Amino acid sequence: MKIILAIILGLAFGIALDQAKASYPQKIIGMLRLKDFHLMKVILFAIGFSSLLLFILLSLNLIEAEHLNVKTTYTGVIIGGAILGTGFAIGGYCPGTCIVAAGRGRKDALAFLAGGLLGALVYMLIFGLIQDAALFDKIAGGAVSLAETNPETHTSLSGNLPALLVAGPIAILFMLIAFLLPEAESRKP
Amino acid sequence: MKKPKSWLKGGLFLGSVFLVGVWLVKPVGVSTQFVVLDGIVWNLLSPDLITQDDANQSYESSNAYLNKSGGKYASLVANPLNYGFIFALSMLVGGFVSGKLSRKKVSNEDRISPKVWRNRFGPSAKKRYAFAFFAGFLALFGARLAGGCTSGHMMSGMMQTSLSGYLFAAGAFATAIPIAILVFNSKRSS
Repeated sequence: MKIILAIILGLAFGIALDQAKASYPQKIIGMLRLKDFHLMKVILFAIGFSSLLLFILLSLNLIEAEHLNVKTTYTGVIIGGAILGTGFAIGGYCPGTCIVAAGRGRKDALAFLAGGLLGALVYMLIFGLIQDAALFDKIAGGAVSLAETNPETHTSLSGNLPALLVAGPIAILFMLIAFLLPEAESRKP
Repeated sequence: MKKPKSWLKGGLFLGSVFLVGVWLVKPVGVSTQFVVLDGIVWNLLSPDLITQDDANQSYESSNAYLNKSGGKYASLVANPLNYGFIFALSMLVGGFVSGKLSRKKVSNEDRISPKVWRNRFGPSAKKRYAFAFFAGFLALFGARLAGGCTSGHMMSGMMQTSLSGYLFAAGAFATAIPIAILVFNSKRSS
């Protein structure tokens, strides 16, 4: 059953990313150069929209809290993000979109994907040497979120406040920014 | 001709996939699958990479990364027909299907490099592939150090208001924006 869901959801995710033009390096680089906000609007709206519905469903107990997974926060998250950002800017792809773009027939995405496999392999090989470094020291206790998600496994920074009261306004803010950012000026020759 | 808010449609579609993913299974994430594929190939070449502990049905690996968190990744490598890996393979098919559904085809030159790249670095395919390879290396090395990528940390993370998601996004855009501006803003003389 899970495998069937993996096939359907993976397919939907691939189509969604490509139809939203997230797998277009032209669009990614345009966003990062602050010239074309199309993808920024898509991403901010997608996060806000999914987050608002997620916390509404959670507050109604219509979604199992065990399905949520708040990742651990440590120094390496920021540094790793910064390294990823470098590749993101040069390549115009991220780990997910390069797969979709390769499926769409983009050859530079295949090169990015191959480089990614090597990057992940090198990380696997050096992990044993760095695993005890301060890089992995937890920040704010590790698996923390702003709004309460699953009190059994994760801590929330907003104490006992109802989760929807915290996450709702953040989600609406994301969607609002998505609406306010300027549309792409893509009519240029 | 003005299209009616294509970003809104894209955002609704993408957001729905993230929501349905976490509703039915778990938050969407991708970068782990690069490790799983590496592990599968490595394990084929040297089958003693992963060993199964028959007593408690768990997996161990001689590689520290695959072995971490109780052999979590080792188990994924040993059982490639798992949710995350099939999901990632399916994304590849999704890209192909999306191409078939789109009226506009990707031009032959766009298959090699985006226009913004050609304007700056010229049409050389070799140069583009070399830099894309290098960029992919950095992106996946960084994603593994961070414990997730744009999907898992940024989108799924911020959807759950996870602190790691905001910090990851801050780290990623703090380098990506200035580098993109520096690399692509100087014009090539033509």
